[in-house]
Amino acid sequence: MKALLALEDGRVFPCRSFTGPGEAKGEVVFNTSMTGYQEILTDPSYYGQMVTMTYPLIGNYGVCPEDVESDRVQVAAFIVKEYQDFPSNYRSRGTLADYLIKAHVLGIEDLDTRALTRHIRKSGAMRAMISTSDLVPDSLVERIKQIPLMLGSDFVGKVTTKKPYFWKYNQPDYIDAAKLDDPLIWHHRGKKHSVVALDFGIKYNIIRSLEKAGCEVLVVPARTDAKTILQLNPEGIFLSNGPGDPEPLTYAVDTIRQLLNVVPIFGICLGMQLLGIAMGGKTMKIKFGHRGANQPVKNLSTGRVEITSQNHGFAVDLNTIGKDQSVMTHINLNEDSLEGLKNDTIRAFAVQYHPEASPGPHDSVYLFNQFAKVIKDAKA
Amino acid sequence: MPKREDIKKILIIGAGPIIISQACEFDYSGTQACKALKEEGYEVILINSNPATIMTDPETADRIYIEPVTPETVIKVIEKERPDALLPTLGGQTALNTAIEVAKTGILKKYNVEMIGASEEAINKAEDRELFRDAMNRIGLRIPKSGFATNMQEVEAVSKRIGFPIIVRPAFTLGGTGGGVAYNMEELNRISKSGIDASLIHQVMLEESVIGWKEYELEVMRDHADNVVIICSIENVDAMGVHTGDSITVAPAQTLSDKEYQNLRDASIAIMREIGVDTGGSNVQFAINPENGDIIVVEMNPRVSRSSALASKATGFPIAKIAAKLAIGYTLDEIPNDITGETLACFEPSIDYCVVKIPRWTFEKFPEAEDVLTTAMKSVGETMSIGRTFKEAFQKGLRSLEIGRAGFGGDGKDPLPGSVTGNELEYKLSTPNSQRLFYIKYAIEHGMPITMIYELTHIDPWFLNQMKQIVDLEKQIKLAGKDLPRDLFEKAKKYGFSDRQLGFLTGLTDKKIEQDRKALGIVPVYKLVDTCAAEFRAATPYYYSTYETECEARVSDKKKVIILGGGPNRIGQGIEFDYCCVHASFALREEGVESIMVNSNPETVSTDYDTSDKLYFEPVTREDVLHIVEKEKPFGVIVQFGGQTPLNLATDLQKAGVPIIGTSPDSIDRAEDRDLFQEMLKKLGLRQPENGIALSLDDAFKVARDIGYPVMVRPSFVLGGRAMKIVYDEKDLAEFFDLAVQASPDKPVLIDKFLEEAFELDVDVISDGEKTVIGGMMEHIEEAGIHSGDSACVLPPYSISKTHIDEMADAARAIAKELNVKGLMNIQFGIMNDKVYIIEVNPRASRTIPFVSKAIGIPLAKLATKVMLGKTLDELGFTKEIIPPYYCVKEAVMPFDRFENVDPVLGPEMKSTGEVMGIDKDLGAAVAKAQIAAGQKLPTEGTVFISVQDKDKDKALPIVRKFHSMGFTIMATRGTAQFLDENDIPTKIVKKVSAGRPHVVDAVTNNEIQLILNTGASSQTQRDGYEIRRAAIKYKIPYATTTDGARAICSAIEALQKETLSVQTIQDYHRENNHV
Repeated sequence: MKALLALEDGRVFPCRSFTGPGEAKGEVVFNTSMTGYQEILTDPSYYGQMVTMTYPLIGNYGVCPEDVESDRVQVAAFIVKEYQDFPSNYRSRGTLADYLIKAHVLGIEDLDTRALTRHIRKSGAMRAMISTSDLVPDSLVERIKQIPLMLGSDFVGKVTTKKPYFWKYNQPDYIDAAKLDDPLIWHHRGKKHSVVALDFGIKYNIIRSLEKAGCEVLVVPARTDAKTILQLNPEGIFLSNGPGDPEPLTYAVDTIRQLLNVVPIFGICLGMQLLGIAMGGKTMKIKFGHRGANQPVKNLSTGRVEITSQNHGFAVDLNTIGKDQSVMTHINLNEDSLEGLKNDTIRAFAVQYHPEASPGPHDSVYLFNQFAKVIKDAKA
Repeated sequence: MPKREDIKKILIIGAGPIIISQACEFDYSGTQACKALKEEGYEVILINSNPATIMTDPETADRIYIEPVTPETVIKVIEKERPDALLPTLGGQTALNTAIEVAKTGILKKYNVEMIGASEEAINKAEDRELFRDAMNRIGLRIPKSGFATNMQEVEAVSKRIGFPIIVRPAFTLGGTGGGVAYNMEELNRISKSGIDASLIHQVMLEESVIGWKEYELEVMRDHADNVVIICSIENVDAMGVHTGDSITVAPAQTLSDKEYQNLRDASIAIMREIGVDTGGSNVQFAINPENGDIIVVEMNPRVSRSSALASKATGFPIAKIAAKLAIGYTLDEIPNDITGETLACFEPSIDYCVVKIPRWTFEKFPEAEDVLTTAMKSVGETMSIGRTFKEAFQKGLRSLEIGRAGFGGDGKDPLPGSVTGNELEYKLSTPNSQRLFYIKYAIEHGMPITMIYELTHIDPWFLNQMKQIVDLEKQIKLAGKDLPRDLFEKAKKYGFSDRQLGFLTGLTDKKIEQDRKALGIVPVYKLVDTCAAEFRAATPYYYSTYETECEARVSDKKKVIILGGGPNRIGQGIEFDYCCVHASFALREEGVESIMVNSNPETVSTDYDTSDKLYFEPVTREDVLHIVEKEKPFGVIVQFGGQTPLNLATDLQKAGVPIIGTSPDSIDRAEDRDLFQEMLKKLGLRQPENGIALSLDDAFKVARDIGYPVMVRPSFVLGGRAMKIVYDEKDLAEFFDLAVQASPDKPVLIDKFLEEAFELDVDVISDGEKTVIGGMMEHIEEAGIHSGDSACVLPPYSISKTHIDEMADAARAIAKELNVKGLMNIQFGIMNDKVYIIEVNPRASRTIPFVSKAIGIPLAKLATKVMLGKTLDELGFTKEIIPPYYCVKEAVMPFDRFENVDPVLGPEMKSTGEVMGIDKDLGAAVAKAQIAAGQKLPTEGTVFISVQDKDKDKALPIVRKFHSMGFTIMATRGTAQFLDENDIPTKIVKKVSAGRPHVVDAVTNNEIQLILNTGASSQTQRDGYEIRRAAIKYKIPYATTTDGARAICSAIEALQKETLSVQTIQDYHRENNHV
């Protein structure tokens, strides 16, 4: 079915929908991972974004229930060069098109995605619309102006969990929010580290990775306050990834400030940005973001390079940290930007990239063990 | 860490001659490495016997030994040069094996030479099956279960441990003869029995069968700080059971989810660490069970490889160059990524296109060999193509192959629908073969369900569905016919259909399709290969075409020249032509002209991103070339360097208004066209063997009768003597005529008087249109009738009189002048009964140009390019023939050990895959070097077996006498023995194969024969000669099939008896030329 993708700066791409009729709006970004589209689709950090895959053939291995990173498709729309309707993989349980249709998410193909990528690279990530009914460029471009800007918007509220949950049988095991005042809520106290994860849009594989590192994870809604959290007597706090701009998330920053220096803290992506702000730093929107699975990051303490999975459009400004005792631990080799920071005195550290991978390389899994060790040392 | 300062001098071992499974990819890798190390200020010493390589150009390394790649040579060079380090990972398996042999001698320790890149221990761990198995088990990975058995009890015991199906591989047989797959005990017993019999050591290896599993490769790099990155994943379209070199492969992997891909990535990294490859690139192969995802490690190569070359071209990441820099101490995060210029080599390339590699086979050269693909590689070349979809890349790849197909069928070459069915179809699908793809097409057209095709081929349904989409679109196009709507037209181009296919399918001419298409504005755009999927700006202009909206080609307004490459390697057209193209590019750069390379061969130096100012990785076809010409609007296009491929396009391109520079297509035509050629020779008063042309068999009979037998029969317009034969009578002629017509349809068949027992010479000249200078004269060792590409030859000539040499030089000058040659020209002369004949004239770069250039120390192709740009030879300072004060011998390397049932005799059809060069002041020593470099293990004592045709006996006698006087025992069958006895040569008698046992093949088997001289026409009826020659190959006994060849070997052995061979650099040899 014919469709049109329009960008806010007026550039349009005629294309086709492979998921039937519909409209979508959001910020258009690109991801350079060659595998892992289902993980990307379900990554809450993509909420409100239309994701373009730079690899042109997508859908090849179908979809598989085990490969989700949250309980739903999160992207606003999915943009590929050529959709593949004949998946082939022993794990595949269906086609990508059916999966998107079921999730009411628009998928488009048959456009020059490389041209689109180059455009974003040059002009920055921007708002866009896709429609199968409104194929008039001017009209569509006009309507884009009504889409709220990502800068300054709180997207976390859209993706954070409504109810707290533990991780059981490889899926959430929801509990009543009222139970959060019970310090005996932990099932494995003493055997596993009790970790409260603030959910700003957490990826399931983070929870899996924490559990694998010996933590018992209790995921709580983003607006859970510090008092509630501290009542649970956690041994570690995890600050999750999530979509959008960290600046408007003042409630989260407040919570984090109160937890700082009380409990060991580990943050990933948005979690690092919030930690950075809480520690007095500033964040900024970067031009077209890092989205892919091949970003080289150097661990400054070991000198080793990790190939990392990344997905962020905002970053902590390197120049605004270090006022206290926080230091840079990781640096992006492509552009010397801040990828990791820590403050040993208050037992807090964070990385901008995604050690839980999914999709992406497993080079940085050690960070979860590092977190477990920090917790253990704190207990000792 | 910065580069190492404790080493200054590095020795690199090259791969030697081009053979099947080891082709010009190692010149590509080696050249990159040499350049990289020189750039870093190291003194680079190189050993490589292959003169047709860029790496053996005097500028590529500081000191180059064009000597046999053997442990003996390496030891001599080490003793002479005292390098600090030895880098063994860039010259393929040959270099790795040689390095290990050298290490075993203790010489490295003695002279304190450090093996860099991969240690002896790491190489052993990767190469030794048992060590490898243990290593994999330690890291929780597994390789196929296997065990050895020498009797049926052991077979049963091992089979219980492995489980069916089981692959039976006899130990030490050639090409896996006597092996097979067993699905039950009964089959296992039968196959094992014959396998144990076939094995030289009566042993079989039983191995868990993973046939039909999906096959993947990962290219991995590691630095000494233990940073590891994956450069590329490759998925084989053909499942396990077909050698990866014979598989169609695709990059990146298509049917792996991220979870599975990351498992392979983790495994590859673990393997690198466990094997202990300190620095550099490796290739890891995996098999994956399509039913459940089980992973098996097939093998790992701790060196650069064919796949790493492909991965480099597929991603833009120069693996060999980086490997060299890692070997000298850099870490990945210290090396810039040339392509982006702004990022580092420490990352994993992301690509935003699909790459397809398709092998090129030459079964037509070996009609006795069965066209079946197995775990032993048989292809001689490959093409790579890039598209934004698999379908586009796949069809581009197929038309790049130059097998007469314009894409995935739909080009008028498919058999009639429904004519291939039933058993034939199923057999062709279930037995991998060079044409299987097309049978898949016929099966789809026939309505065979994809599931069934999958069951027969084990080719992943994802690929089969892609092919089906092409077939389905073909149907739609056919249906639309002449009124092809725009949408469909555009879609067809996006699916990779060529204008020729569309012309055939719509019933229009290609021209009309082209016009209509352009009128509709459907033209390709060019996208960049940038390693990063457009995330960063790319600095290096490496392009491919596709049908999209945005074109990224940065067209300059500089003066520019396009060089058309030779496409996939094949027998008759290989690295020699790529060498010339690369030199053309260097020359353009020197002249300040922008160089633009067009080629589709991923193995080559020409397709390295920094060889030319711009690289278009595209099929070398009229349509694809014209698009580039229209985009770039070059000052000129060079067609005379890439072999027959670009030459065949010359006239078409000229007609389309493309400026061809150098010798004009008309002149090329005058040399190719019989009548015009004859007319010219007549005009110049030159002599050629009597000849005629025939369009029908009756014509042919008449011509042959007029000329008199024997005659040489061949089609026009083919390279490498394809379908060329010496015919002695009418029966032979009738048989052969059809073949010749098939090889070059619609073109006349040429019939020449065969110059029996004539001397043959190749002469390469360069001309600026006014002045002509002889580049080199090469006297063939074998008599006329053996294809010049297969014949050993010597520069300068060693037995030709000055009168004849002058006569040939004059003739060459006259022809060059007459044809107004601007560039290179090759002439083949025959001398019979004191008369000089012109056999053939080719006004283009010949296969011998690199050899001649290395011999005389003058880069002829480079000079020729400058001539094409308008320079004169006077201006270039090359005005006089250089006759070196040493002998250069070129010897051909044959692929007979790869093809069962093929009679290894030489003839007018070229069969060799590569060549080596031997240089020495002594002719015998030069021959010996060439022979050794070509893999012959020449004996200095022992027994020579002689069996010659009656007509050869007189010629053979002095040679046999010589062998006798040199201390060899002479052995012969009864007839020959009698003849030798009569001539006072004591001879041991041995039975012919047909005369009962023990016979001569038994004697070969029992190591009683060290050298074989066996002449005889290639015919299955002469079974005896055939059995002997095959035995020679099987047991690697040196052999000669011509008396001239035997004489050369004799002189070589004589030289070896006298003293050990010396080594000298090509630079030192060239210095001697300057003092002549």
